[in-house]
Amino acid sequence: MGDGELSVRSQVLLWAAQRISAAVLAVCVVVHLATLIYAVRNGLTAAEILGRTRGNAGWFTFYAVFVLAVSVHAPIGLRTVISETLAWRGRGLEWTVFAIGIALAFLGFRAVWAVFL
Amino acid sequence: MKSDSRARSHPAYWAFVVHRASGVFLALFLPLHFWALGQALQGAARLDAFLRWTEQPLVKAGETLLVLLLAAHLAGGLRLLALEFLSWRDWQKGLLAAAAGASLAAGLLFALNVY
Amino acid sequence: MGDVSAQHSLKVSVWRGKESGHLQTFEVPRLESQTVLDVVSHIQRSLDPTLSYRFACRVGMCGSCAMNVNGRARWTCRTHVSEVAVRDALEVRPLSNLPVIKDLVTDMAPFFDKWARARGRFRGAQTRRDDFAKVSPESPERRFADAAIECIGCGVCYSSCDVVAWNKDYLGPAALNRAWALVNDVRDTERRARLTAVAGDAGCHACHTHMSCTERCPKHISPTASIAGLKRAAMAAALKGELDDG
Repeated sequence: MGDGELSVRSQVLLWAAQRISAAVLAVCVVVHLATLIYAVRNGLTAAEILGRTRGNAGWFTFYAVFVLAVSVHAPIGLRTVISETLAWRGRGLEWTVFAIGIALAFLGFRAVWAVFL
Repeated sequence: MKSDSRARSHPAYWAFVVHRASGVFLALFLPLHFWALGQALQGAARLDAFLRWTEQPLVKAGETLLVLLLAAHLAGGLRLLALEFLSWRDWQKGLLAAAAGASLAAGLLFALNVY
Repeated sequence: MGDVSAQHSLKVSVWRGKESGHLQTFEVPRLESQTVLDVVSHIQRSLDPTLSYRFACRVGMCGSCAMNVNGRARWTCRTHVSEVAVRDALEVRPLSNLPVIKDLVTDMAPFFDKWARARGRFRGAQTRRDDFAKVSPESPERRFADAAIECIGCGVCYSSCDVVAWNKDYLGPAALNRAWALVNDVRDTERRARLTAVAGDAGCHACHTHMSCTERCPKHISPTASIAGLKRAAMAAALKGELDDG
Protein backbone atom coordinates (compact mmCIF):
# COMPACT_ATOMS: atom_id res chain seq x y z
CA MET A 1 0.00 0.00 0.00
CA GLY A 2 1.63 3.20 -1.20
CA ASP A 3 1.89 6.38 0.80
CA GLY A 4 -1.30 8.43 0.67
CA GLU A 5 -3.30 5.59 -0.85
CA LEU A 6 -6.65 4.52 0.50
CA SER A 7 -7.02 1.09 2.11
CA VAL A 8 -8.52 -1.66 -0.02
CA ARG A 9 -11.69 -1.58 2.05
CA SER A 10 -12.07 2.19 1.44
CA GLN A 11 -11.51 1.73 -2.29
CA VAL A 12 -14.19 -0.94 -2.41
CA LEU A 13 -16.59 1.22 -0.39
CA LEU A 14 -15.97 4.14 -2.78
CA TRP A 15 -16.88 1.86 -5.65
CA ALA A 16 -19.97 0.67 -3.79
CA ALA A 17 -20.99 4.28 -3.07
CA GLN A 18 -20.66 4.97 -6.80
CA ARG A 19 -22.95 2.09 -7.71
CA ILE A 20 -25.49 2.83 -4.97
CA SER A 21 -25.64 6.53 -5.88
CA ALA A 22 -26.00 5.40 -9.49
CA ALA A 23 -29.09 3.41 -8.61
CA VAL A 24 -30.58 6.43 -6.79
CA LEU A 25 -29.71 8.66 -9.74
CA ALA A 26 -31.36 6.24 -12.14
CA VAL A 27 -34.70 6.99 -10.49
CA CYS A 28 -33.99 10.73 -10.20
CA VAL A 29 -32.87 11.06 -13.81
CA VAL A 30 -35.91 9.25 -15.19
CA VAL A 31 -38.16 11.62 -13.25
CA HIS A 32 -36.04 14.59 -14.27
CA LEU A 33 -36.08 13.66 -17.97
CA ALA A 34 -39.82 13.16 -17.94
CA THR A 35 -40.32 16.47 -16.13
CA LEU A 36 -38.14 18.51 -18.42
CA ILE A 37 -39.48 16.95 -21.61
CA TYR A 38 -42.95 17.87 -20.39
CA ALA A 39 -41.90 21.32 -19.20
CA VAL A 40 -40.28 22.51 -22.43
CA ARG A 41 -43.50 22.13 -24.38
CA ASN A 42 -44.65 25.61 -25.43
CA GLY A 43 -41.48 27.21 -24.08
CA LEU A 44 -39.94 27.31 -20.64
CA THR A 45 -40.64 30.17 -18.23
CA ALA A 46 -39.59 30.93 -14.70
CA ALA A 47 -43.23 31.05 -13.73
CA GLU A 48 -43.74 27.46 -14.90
CA ILE A 49 -40.69 26.13 -13.06
CA LEU A 50 -41.29 28.09 -9.88
CA GLY A 51 -45.00 27.35 -9.98
CA ARG A 52 -44.03 23.73 -9.55
CA THR A 53 -41.25 24.06 -7.03
CA ARG A 54 -42.02 27.08 -4.84
CA GLY A 55 -43.04 26.03 -1.36
CA ASN A 56 -43.36 22.43 -2.49
CA ALA A 57 -41.82 20.06 0.05
CA GLY A 58 -42.09 17.12 -2.33
CA TRP A 59 -40.02 18.68 -5.11
CA PHE A 60 -37.62 20.12 -2.55
CA THR A 61 -36.96 16.68 -1.11
CA PHE A 62 -36.66 15.15 -4.56
CA TYR A 63 -34.09 17.68 -5.76
CA ALA A 64 -32.19 17.56 -2.46
CA VAL A 65 -31.80 13.79 -2.81
CA PHE A 66 -30.83 14.30 -6.47
CA VAL A 67 -28.11 16.81 -5.53
CA LEU A 68 -26.77 14.59 -2.76
CA ALA A 69 -26.55 11.57 -5.04
CA VAL A 70 -24.82 13.55 -7.80
CA SER A 71 -22.34 15.02 -5.30
CA VAL A 72 -21.31 11.46 -4.41
CA HIS A 73 -21.46 9.99 -7.91
CA ALA A 74 -19.69 12.60 -10.03
CA PRO A 75 -16.49 13.04 -7.96
CA ILE A 76 -15.91 9.30 -7.65
CA GLY A 77 -16.36 8.93 -11.40
CA LEU A 78 -14.03 11.84 -12.10
CA ARG A 79 -11.48 10.31 -9.74
CA THR A 80 -11.20 7.25 -11.99
CA VAL A 81 -11.13 9.25 -15.21
CA ILE A 82 -8.42 11.57 -13.89
CA SER A 83 -6.24 8.81 -12.47
CA GLU A 84 -6.40 6.86 -15.75
CA THR A 85 -5.97 9.81 -18.10
CA LEU A 86 -3.39 11.83 -16.17
CA ALA A 87 -1.84 8.97 -14.17
CA TRP A 88 -2.43 11.04 -11.03
CA ARG A 89 -2.83 9.13 -7.73
CA GLY A 90 -2.61 9.67 -4.01
CA ARG A 91 -3.68 12.30 -1.49
CA GLY A 92 -3.70 15.18 -3.95
CA LEU A 93 -6.26 13.48 -6.14
CA GLU A 94 -8.44 12.35 -3.23
CA TRP A 95 -8.64 15.85 -1.79
CA THR A 96 -9.29 17.39 -5.22
CA VAL A 97 -12.26 15.17 -6.00
CA PHE A 98 -13.55 15.63 -2.47
CA ALA A 99 -13.43 19.39 -3.03
CA ILE A 100 -15.32 18.94 -6.31
CA GLY A 101 -17.98 17.02 -4.41
CA ILE A 102 -18.32 19.75 -1.83
CA ALA A 103 -18.52 22.41 -4.53
CA LEU A 104 -21.23 20.52 -6.41
CA ALA A 105 -23.20 19.99 -3.22
CA PHE A 106 -22.95 23.66 -2.31
CA LEU A 107 -24.01 24.94 -5.75
CA GLY A 108 -26.67 22.27 -6.00
CA PHE A 109 -28.31 22.89 -2.65
CA ARG A 110 -28.17 26.61 -3.36
CA ALA A 111 -30.10 25.98 -6.58
CA VAL A 112 -32.63 23.74 -4.84
CA TRP A 113 -33.17 26.42 -2.23
CA ALA A 114 -33.42 29.10 -4.93
CA VAL A 115 -36.40 27.45 -6.59
CA PHE A 116 -38.05 26.48 -3.35
CA LEU A 117 -38.06 29.95 -1.80
CA MET B 1 3.93 -0.45 -26.85
CA LYS B 2 0.37 0.79 -27.28
CA SER B 3 -2.54 -1.61 -27.09
CA ASP B 4 -3.69 -2.86 -30.44
CA SER B 5 -6.12 -0.70 -32.30
CA ARG B 6 -8.71 -3.30 -33.14
CA ALA B 7 -9.64 -4.12 -29.55
CA ARG B 8 -11.62 -0.90 -29.78
CA SER B 9 -13.99 -1.70 -32.57
CA HIS B 10 -16.51 -3.80 -30.70
CA PRO B 11 -19.80 -2.52 -29.24
CA ALA B 12 -18.85 -2.88 -25.58
CA TYR B 13 -15.92 -0.55 -26.17
CA TRP B 14 -18.08 2.12 -27.79
CA ALA B 15 -20.44 1.81 -24.84
CA PHE B 16 -17.51 2.59 -22.55
CA VAL B 17 -16.42 5.61 -24.60
CA VAL B 18 -19.95 7.04 -24.72
CA HIS B 19 -20.40 6.45 -21.01
CA ARG B 20 -17.11 8.08 -20.04
CA ALA B 21 -17.43 11.04 -22.43
CA SER B 22 -21.05 11.73 -21.43
CA GLY B 23 -20.13 11.52 -17.75
CA VAL B 24 -17.31 14.03 -18.12
CA PHE B 25 -19.45 16.47 -20.14
CA LEU B 26 -22.32 16.21 -17.66
CA ALA B 27 -19.94 16.80 -14.76
CA LEU B 28 -18.65 19.94 -16.50
CA PHE B 29 -22.20 21.10 -17.30
CA LEU B 30 -23.61 20.63 -13.81
CA PRO B 31 -22.07 23.71 -12.14
CA LEU B 32 -23.50 25.87 -14.97
CA HIS B 33 -26.89 24.27 -14.50
CA PHE B 34 -26.86 24.91 -10.76
CA TRP B 35 -25.68 28.47 -11.26
CA ALA B 36 -28.46 29.16 -13.77
CA LEU B 37 -31.15 27.86 -11.43
CA GLY B 38 -29.55 29.79 -8.58
CA GLN B 39 -30.45 32.94 -10.51
CA ALA B 40 -33.92 32.52 -9.04
CA LEU B 41 -32.46 33.77 -5.78
CA GLN B 42 -32.51 37.18 -7.36
CA GLY B 43 -36.14 36.81 -8.30
CA ALA B 44 -38.18 35.17 -11.02
CA ALA B 45 -37.39 37.96 -13.50
CA ARG B 46 -33.70 37.09 -13.37
CA LEU B 47 -34.45 33.45 -14.10
CA ASP B 48 -36.78 34.45 -16.94
CA ALA B 49 -34.06 36.60 -18.49
CA PHE B 50 -31.78 33.61 -18.53
CA LEU B 51 -34.48 31.30 -19.92
CA ARG B 52 -35.15 33.71 -22.75
CA TRP B 53 -31.46 33.55 -23.63
CA THR B 54 -31.78 29.78 -23.95
CA GLU B 55 -34.48 30.16 -26.59
CA GLN B 56 -31.81 30.68 -29.26
CA PRO B 57 -31.65 27.74 -31.73
CA LEU B 58 -27.98 27.08 -31.00
CA VAL B 59 -28.63 26.85 -27.27
CA LYS B 60 -31.60 24.58 -27.88
CA ALA B 61 -29.35 22.34 -29.96
CA GLY B 62 -26.91 22.26 -27.06
CA GLU B 63 -29.73 21.37 -24.69
CA THR B 64 -30.85 18.57 -26.96
CA LEU B 65 -27.32 17.25 -26.97
CA LEU B 66 -27.21 17.40 -23.18
CA VAL B 67 -30.46 15.48 -22.91
CA LEU B 68 -29.02 12.86 -25.24
CA LEU B 69 -25.88 12.66 -23.12
CA LEU B 70 -27.89 12.34 -19.94
CA ALA B 71 -30.12 9.63 -21.39
CA ALA B 72 -27.08 7.81 -22.80
CA HIS B 73 -25.25 7.97 -19.48
CA LEU B 74 -28.34 6.68 -17.70
CA ALA B 75 -28.91 3.85 -20.15
CA GLY B 76 -25.24 2.86 -20.16
CA GLY B 77 -25.20 2.99 -16.39
CA LEU B 78 -28.24 0.74 -16.09
CA ARG B 79 -26.57 -1.69 -18.48
CA LEU B 80 -23.44 -1.70 -16.28
CA LEU B 81 -25.45 -2.25 -13.12
CA ALA B 82 -27.16 -5.19 -14.81
CA LEU B 83 -23.85 -6.68 -15.99
CA GLU B 84 -22.22 -6.27 -12.60
CA PHE B 85 -25.01 -7.22 -10.26
CA LEU B 86 -27.17 -9.69 -12.10
CA SER B 87 -25.95 -13.09 -13.17
CA TRP B 88 -24.04 -12.96 -16.41
CA ARG B 89 -26.23 -13.23 -19.43
CA ASP B 90 -25.22 -14.14 -22.96
CA TRP B 91 -27.47 -11.51 -24.40
CA GLN B 92 -25.59 -8.50 -23.03
CA LYS B 93 -25.29 -7.20 -26.57
CA GLY B 94 -29.06 -6.99 -26.48
CA LEU B 95 -28.75 -4.81 -23.39
CA LEU B 96 -26.52 -2.46 -25.29
CA ALA B 97 -28.94 -2.13 -28.17
CA ALA B 98 -31.81 -1.48 -25.75
CA ALA B 99 -29.79 1.18 -23.96
CA ALA B 100 -28.86 2.94 -27.17
CA GLY B 101 -32.44 2.83 -28.38
CA ALA B 102 -33.86 4.23 -25.17
CA SER B 103 -31.39 7.14 -25.09
CA LEU B 104 -32.12 8.10 -28.67
CA ALA B 105 -35.85 7.99 -27.94
CA ALA B 106 -35.45 10.35 -25.00
CA GLY B 107 -33.31 12.74 -27.03
CA LEU B 108 -35.81 12.71 -29.85
CA LEU B 109 -38.74 13.41 -27.57
CA PHE B 110 -36.93 16.38 -26.12
CA ALA B 111 -36.00 17.75 -29.52
CA LEU B 112 -39.59 17.44 -30.71
CA ASN B 113 -40.86 19.29 -27.68
CA VAL B 114 -38.33 22.05 -27.50
CA TYR B 115 -38.42 23.17 -31.11
CA MET C 1 4.81 -26.55 -46.08
CA GLY C 2 2.08 -27.26 -48.65
CA ASP C 3 2.08 -26.98 -52.42
CA VAL C 4 3.14 -23.69 -53.94
CA SER C 5 -0.09 -22.39 -55.52
CA ALA C 6 0.35 -19.23 -57.56
CA GLN C 7 3.70 -17.46 -57.45
CA HIS C 8 2.47 -15.28 -54.61
CA SER C 9 4.64 -13.57 -52.07
CA LEU C 10 3.77 -12.22 -48.68
CA LYS C 11 5.27 -8.98 -47.44
CA VAL C 12 5.80 -9.58 -43.74
CA SER C 13 6.84 -6.71 -41.46
CA VAL C 14 8.32 -8.02 -38.26
CA TRP C 15 9.28 -6.09 -35.14
CA ARG C 16 13.01 -6.10 -34.39
CA GLY C 17 14.59 -4.77 -31.24
CA LYS C 18 13.13 -4.05 -27.83
CA GLU C 19 10.62 -1.36 -26.84
CA SER C 20 12.37 0.89 -29.29
CA GLY C 21 13.26 -0.78 -32.54
CA HIS C 22 11.95 -0.98 -36.06
CA LEU C 23 9.91 -3.09 -38.44
CA GLN C 24 11.91 -5.24 -40.82
CA THR C 25 10.19 -6.45 -43.97
CA PHE C 26 10.71 -9.91 -45.44
CA GLU C 27 9.33 -11.50 -48.58
CA VAL C 28 7.92 -14.95 -47.84
CA PRO C 29 6.41 -17.44 -50.33
CA ARG C 30 2.65 -17.52 -49.90
CA LEU C 31 1.27 -21.02 -49.69
CA GLU C 32 -2.09 -22.63 -49.05
CA SER C 33 -3.02 -23.46 -45.46
CA GLN C 34 -0.24 -21.33 -44.09
CA THR C 35 -0.32 -20.05 -40.53
CA VAL C 36 1.40 -16.94 -39.25
CA LEU C 37 3.63 -19.20 -37.16
CA ASP C 38 4.68 -20.99 -40.36
CA VAL C 39 5.61 -17.61 -41.82
CA VAL C 40 7.63 -16.49 -38.80
CA SER C 41 9.39 -19.87 -38.66
CA HIS C 42 10.26 -19.61 -42.35
CA ILE C 43 11.80 -16.20 -41.80
CA GLN C 44 13.95 -17.38 -38.91
CA ARG C 45 15.05 -20.60 -40.58
CA SER C 46 15.61 -19.45 -44.14
CA LEU C 47 15.97 -15.68 -44.18
CA ASP C 48 17.26 -14.29 -40.89
CA PRO C 49 18.43 -16.64 -38.12
CA THR C 50 18.76 -13.72 -35.68
CA LEU C 51 14.96 -13.34 -35.38
CA SER C 52 13.73 -14.28 -31.90
CA TYR C 53 10.27 -15.70 -31.34
CA ARG C 54 8.49 -18.24 -29.13
CA PHE C 55 6.44 -21.32 -29.83
CA ALA C 56 6.05 -24.82 -28.44
CA CYS C 57 3.16 -27.11 -29.30
CA ARG C 58 2.21 -25.54 -32.68
CA VAL C 59 -1.33 -26.91 -32.27
CA GLY C 60 -3.21 -24.38 -30.17
CA MET C 61 -2.78 -25.91 -26.73
CA CYS C 62 0.05 -24.08 -25.00
CA GLY C 63 -0.44 -20.39 -25.86
CA SER C 64 3.31 -19.73 -26.23
CA CYS C 65 3.06 -18.35 -29.77
CA ALA C 66 0.80 -15.41 -28.92
CA MET C 67 1.77 -12.23 -30.80
CA ASN C 68 0.17 -9.10 -32.24
CA VAL C 69 -0.81 -9.79 -35.84
CA ASN C 70 -2.06 -6.75 -37.79
CA GLY C 71 -2.80 -5.08 -34.49
CA ARG C 72 -4.64 -7.99 -32.82
CA ALA C 73 -3.26 -10.32 -30.17
CA ARG C 74 -3.72 -13.91 -31.29
CA TRP C 75 -2.17 -17.38 -31.32
CA THR C 76 -0.04 -17.41 -34.45
CA CYS C 77 -0.22 -21.19 -34.80
CA ARG C 78 -4.00 -20.97 -35.12
CA THR C 79 -4.10 -17.91 -37.33
CA HIS C 80 -4.30 -18.67 -41.02
CA VAL C 81 -2.56 -16.15 -43.21
CA SER C 82 -5.61 -16.11 -45.47
CA GLU C 83 -7.66 -14.85 -42.49
CA VAL C 84 -5.48 -11.87 -41.71
CA ALA C 85 -3.34 -10.88 -44.68
CA VAL C 86 -4.38 -7.57 -46.19
CA ARG C 87 -3.31 -7.32 -49.85
CA ASP C 88 -0.60 -9.94 -49.26
CA ALA C 89 0.85 -8.00 -46.32
CA LEU C 90 1.19 -8.82 -42.64
CA GLU C 91 2.54 -7.01 -39.62
CA VAL C 92 3.76 -9.07 -36.67
CA ARG C 93 4.68 -7.48 -33.35
CA PRO C 94 5.19 -8.80 -29.82
CA LEU C 95 2.31 -8.77 -27.32
CA SER C 96 1.40 -5.37 -25.89
CA ASN C 97 1.61 -4.28 -22.24
CA LEU C 98 4.69 -6.42 -21.54
CA PRO C 99 8.42 -5.66 -21.63
CA VAL C 100 10.06 -6.77 -24.85
CA ILE C 101 13.10 -9.02 -24.42
CA LYS C 102 13.92 -9.18 -28.10
CA ASP C 103 11.95 -8.97 -31.33
CA LEU C 104 8.76 -11.01 -30.86
CA VAL C 105 9.61 -12.31 -27.40
CA THR C 106 8.08 -10.59 -24.36
CA ASP C 107 8.94 -10.98 -20.71
CA MET C 108 5.97 -12.79 -19.23
CA ALA C 109 7.19 -12.29 -15.66
CA PRO C 110 4.95 -9.25 -14.91
CA PHE C 111 1.95 -11.23 -16.18
CA PHE C 112 2.66 -14.12 -13.81
CA ASP C 113 3.71 -11.84 -10.96
CA LYS C 114 0.23 -10.33 -11.08
CA TRP C 115 -1.24 -13.85 -11.19
CA ALA C 116 0.58 -14.53 -7.92
CA ARG C 117 -0.43 -11.14 -6.44
CA ALA C 118 -4.05 -12.06 -7.14
CA ARG C 119 -3.45 -15.26 -5.15
CA GLY C 120 -4.10 -17.32 -8.23
CA ARG C 121 -3.17 -20.56 -6.57
CA PHE C 122 -5.16 -23.11 -4.64
CA ARG C 123 -4.75 -23.63 -0.90
CA GLY C 124 -6.63 -26.54 0.61
CA ALA C 125 -7.01 -27.93 4.10
CA GLN C 126 -7.33 -31.62 3.30
CA THR C 127 -4.57 -34.18 3.30
CA ARG C 128 -4.21 -37.48 1.47
CA ARG C 129 -5.66 -39.21 4.51
CA ASP C 130 -8.96 -37.35 4.14
CA ASP C 131 -11.76 -38.50 1.92
CA PHE C 132 -12.28 -36.88 -1.51
CA ALA C 133 -14.09 -33.57 -1.50
CA LYS C 134 -17.53 -34.01 -3.01
CA VAL C 135 -18.31 -31.16 -5.38
CA SER C 136 -21.39 -31.36 -7.55
CA PRO C 137 -20.70 -30.21 -11.12
CA GLU C 138 -24.21 -28.76 -11.15
CA SER C 139 -23.67 -26.51 -8.16
CA PRO C 140 -23.61 -22.77 -8.98
CA GLU C 141 -20.05 -22.37 -7.67
CA ARG C 142 -18.75 -25.23 -9.78
CA ARG C 143 -20.47 -23.83 -12.87
CA PHE C 144 -18.74 -20.49 -12.31
CA ALA C 145 -15.41 -22.19 -11.74
CA ASP C 146 -15.81 -24.37 -14.83
CA ALA C 147 -16.55 -21.35 -17.01
CA ALA C 148 -13.23 -19.81 -15.98
CA ILE C 149 -10.97 -22.81 -15.50
CA GLU C 150 -9.72 -23.39 -19.04
CA CYS C 151 -7.27 -20.47 -19.05
CA ILE C 152 -3.75 -21.47 -20.14
CA GLY C 153 -2.10 -18.15 -19.35
CA CYS C 154 -1.29 -17.14 -22.93
CA GLY C 155 -1.45 -13.39 -22.27
CA VAL C 156 -3.72 -12.46 -25.20
CA CYS C 157 -6.33 -10.89 -22.90
CA TYR C 158 -3.66 -9.00 -20.97
CA SER C 159 -2.23 -7.65 -24.21
CA SER C 160 -5.69 -6.55 -25.38
CA CYS C 161 -6.74 -4.74 -22.22
CA ASP C 162 -6.74 -0.92 -22.21
CA VAL C 163 -6.94 -0.69 -18.43
CA VAL C 164 -3.71 -2.71 -18.20
CA ALA C 165 -2.17 -0.06 -20.45
CA TRP C 166 -3.60 2.85 -18.43
CA ASN C 167 -3.01 1.50 -14.91
CA LYS C 168 0.30 -0.24 -14.35
CA ASP C 169 -0.89 -1.79 -11.09
CA TYR C 170 -4.02 -3.33 -12.60
CA LEU C 171 -3.88 -7.10 -12.08
CA GLY C 172 -5.42 -7.79 -15.46
CA PRO C 173 -8.10 -10.11 -16.83
CA ALA C 174 -6.24 -13.42 -16.62
CA ALA C 175 -5.13 -13.10 -13.00
CA LEU C 176 -8.58 -11.92 -11.94
CA ASN C 177 -10.28 -14.67 -13.91
CA ARG C 178 -8.14 -17.25 -12.10
CA ALA C 179 -8.92 -15.65 -8.75
CA TRP C 180 -12.64 -15.94 -9.52
CA ALA C 181 -12.27 -19.62 -10.39
CA LEU C 182 -10.62 -20.18 -7.01
CA VAL C 183 -13.14 -18.06 -5.11
CA ASN C 184 -15.68 -20.55 -6.42
CA ASP C 185 -13.62 -23.57 -5.41
CA VAL C 186 -15.39 -24.69 -2.25
CA ARG C 187 -12.30 -26.58 -1.06
CA ASP C 188 -10.13 -23.45 -1.05
CA THR C 189 -9.29 -21.87 2.30
CA GLU C 190 -7.97 -18.46 1.21
CA ARG C 191 -11.16 -16.66 0.26
CA ARG C 192 -10.71 -13.68 2.55
CA ALA C 193 -7.08 -13.02 1.64
CA ARG C 194 -7.82 -13.55 -2.03
CA LEU C 195 -10.76 -11.12 -2.10
CA THR C 196 -8.58 -8.55 -0.36
CA ALA C 197 -5.87 -9.12 -2.95
CA VAL C 198 -8.17 -8.66 -5.94
CA ALA C 199 -10.35 -5.80 -4.70
CA GLY C 200 -9.82 -2.08 -5.18
CA ASP C 201 -8.29 0.33 -7.67
CA ALA C 202 -5.66 -2.16 -8.86
CA GLY C 203 -8.06 -5.06 -8.88
CA CYS C 204 -11.45 -6.04 -10.14
CA HIS C 205 -12.96 -2.59 -9.49
CA ALA C 206 -10.74 -1.04 -12.15
CA CYS C 207 -12.41 -3.09 -14.90
CA HIS C 208 -14.54 -0.88 -17.13
CA THR C 209 -16.26 -3.68 -18.98
CA HIS C 210 -14.61 -2.91 -22.33
CA MET C 211 -14.77 -6.66 -22.89
CA SER C 212 -11.73 -6.62 -25.14
CA CYS C 213 -10.48 -9.64 -23.19
CA THR C 214 -13.68 -11.54 -23.91
CA GLU C 215 -13.51 -10.53 -27.58
CA ARG C 216 -9.97 -11.86 -27.94
CA CYS C 217 -9.72 -14.91 -25.68
CA PRO C 218 -8.89 -17.90 -27.87
CA LYS C 219 -10.52 -20.22 -25.31
CA HIS C 220 -13.74 -18.17 -25.34
CA ILE C 221 -13.52 -17.44 -21.65
CA SER C 222 -15.14 -14.23 -20.44
CA PRO C 223 -12.84 -12.61 -17.89
CA THR C 224 -15.35 -9.73 -17.76
CA ALA C 225 -17.95 -12.09 -16.34
CA SER C 226 -15.48 -13.42 -13.78
CA ILE C 227 -14.49 -9.91 -12.80
CA ALA C 228 -18.15 -8.94 -12.37
CA GLY C 229 -18.46 -11.87 -9.98
CA LEU C 230 -15.43 -10.65 -8.04
CA LYS C 231 -16.95 -7.16 -7.81
CA ARG C 232 -20.05 -8.58 -6.17
CA ALA C 233 -18.10 -10.82 -3.82
CA ALA C 234 -15.72 -8.02 -2.83
CA MET C 235 -18.53 -5.55 -2.16
CA ALA C 236 -20.33 -8.07 0.03
CA ALA C 237 -17.11 -8.75 1.92
CA ALA C 238 -16.35 -5.04 2.36
CA LEU C 239 -19.83 -4.30 3.70
CA LYS C 240 -19.56 -7.19 6.15
CA GLY C 241 -16.08 -6.12 7.28
CA GLU C 242 -14.57 -9.29 5.85
CA LEU C 243 -11.76 -7.64 3.93
CA ASP C 244 -8.27 -7.49 5.43
CA ASP C 245 -6.31 -4.25 5.30
CA GLY C 246 -4.81 -4.54 1.83
